Amino acid sequence: MITVKDLHKSFGDNEVLSGIDAQVEEREVVCVIGPSGSGKSTFLRCMNMLEEITSGEVIIDGESLTDPKTNINKLRAQVGMVFQHFNLFPHMTVMENVTLGPRKVSSKDKAEADQLAKALLDKVGLADKAQAYPGSLSGGQKQRVAIARALAMNPKVMLFDEPTSALDPELVGDVLGVMKDLAKEGMTMVVVTHEMGFAREMGDRVIFMDKGVIQEEGKPEQIFDNPQNERTQSFLSKLL
Amino acid sequence: MLENLQEIFSSPHYTNTLPFLWRGMQLTLLVTFVGVFIGFIIGSFIGLMRLSKNKVIYGIATVYIEAFRGTPILVQALFLYFGFSDFLGINFTAIQAGILVIALNAGAYIAEIVRGGVESIDKGQMEAGRSMGMTSTQTMRYIIWPQAFKRMIPPLGNQFIISLKDTSIFAVISLGEMTYLMRQYVSTTGDPFVPYIMLCLGYLIITIPSMVILRRVERRLDV
Ligand SMILES: Nc1ncnc2c1ncn2[C@@H]1O[C@H](COP(=O)(O)OP(=O)(O)OP(=O)(O)O)[C@@H](O)[C@H]1O
Ligand SMILES: [Mg+2]
Repeated sequence: MITVKDLHKSFGDNEVLSGIDAQVEEREVVCVIGPSGSGKSTFLRCMNMLEEITSGEVIIDGESLTDPKTNINKLRAQVGMVFQHFNLFPHMTVMENVTLGPRKVSSKDKAEADQLAKALLDKVGLADKAQAYPGSLSGGQKQRVAIARALAMNPKVMLFDEPTSALDPELVGDVLGVMKDLAKEGMTMVVVTHEMGFAREMGDRVIFMDKGVIQEEGKPEQIFDNPQNERTQSFLSKLL
Repeated sequence: MLENLQEIFSSPHYTNTLPFLWRGMQLTLLVTFVGVFIGFIIGSFIGLMRLSKNKVIYGIATVYIEAFRGTPILVQALFLYFGFSDFLGINFTAIQAGILVIALNAGAYIAEIVRGGVESIDKGQMEAGRSMGMTSTQTMRYIIWPQAFKRMIPPLGNQFIISLKDTSIFAVISLGEMTYLMRQYVSTTGDPFVPYIMLCLGYLIITIPSMVILRRVERRLDV
């Protein structure tokens, strides 16, 4: 589903990604872990061109992001993104947040978009908040709306950048629950996370990143219980 | 002094100036409203150009803004009404020239208001829009602009009041707004004190309510 080939990304002179090769299969859940500043967010953001790629290639469902012929907006619509700080549209109701993409990008009519949004809000447990504004929601509710909003584009892949890091501990579970449901339904997901429990339980594969490269990857049991790389060992030992 | 005071209280000019004030106020308001409205359109474009990554577009906008903010509006009016029309052979009426000067001048200030408003919106909003597959134009239109516009309302209101007062300089191009008519009144009657008080009141009667409304709107936007 996603192929990343020798991806490099620099901000000015600062090389943040130094040659990343990775593969995400359809229906696979890949969790990305690593210390702060290691380039996890940048890696994720390169996968839908929120960051310009310095060199290398990202191919999503057969289409290369760097190919000038690729319609980047069309491709982005197929890649859902969930941000650490939700980035909901504060001037719109929950319903309008979720229907905006279907209406303006997928050209659905209002009735169709509303129906879709209702189903998605129901799925994330927020059907009763349809007419609320984001400002009146808790962090966990906001993030679930953000997930519904991304799902409304019917994406092939979902990217999550630390979706629970900005939440109060007691609200983390609701969001992780929605993500687990998604994973079980077979959604292809790339999740940057500090929730090692989630990575262990739901991850088909865990990627450990540090200093702009993938230091180690493998099945969760392998990474968490028997890490081979010294940096992985030291990172995980600090978490305990 | 006492005599003077008595004269002032019994002056006929309070009522005699009213028809002129009323006529002038209509023109003042017309030039201000139309001018600031066009200025808002100009300012929106120039302000968005100021946010462009394209150096040429950014440069044009910057030159425009600095040129109009760096010269007095009186000079702009003289230049446009006398200099420019002479040079191009276009004959603006005073009202057209006045509207144009307010539009161009307010446009420069509004451009900075627009830029500030758009820049104040969290970058994550643009990213969220783009990541859904919306174009940058769509994201601007549906997500950034409505939020930015709300923040622009207080400074736009201020600009309206500034432009309203600026129209007084159009007395030099005989536009026929409040200040011009009152100056004429004074030069025919030879009596400046009361007519100019009335002129001040003529402006205050518009600006004070505007400021009160603006405060209220500001307070409501804050919550
Ligand atoms: N827009 C930017 N401009 C310049 N430097 C940036 C930019 N975005 C990220 N960086 C730098 O790139 C490096 C990697 O950042 P990134 O956000 O990808 O790390 P991360 O692994 O997601 O960290 P965290 O766990 O703290 O979120 C950091 O050193 C950061 O300062
Ligand atoms: Mg990050």
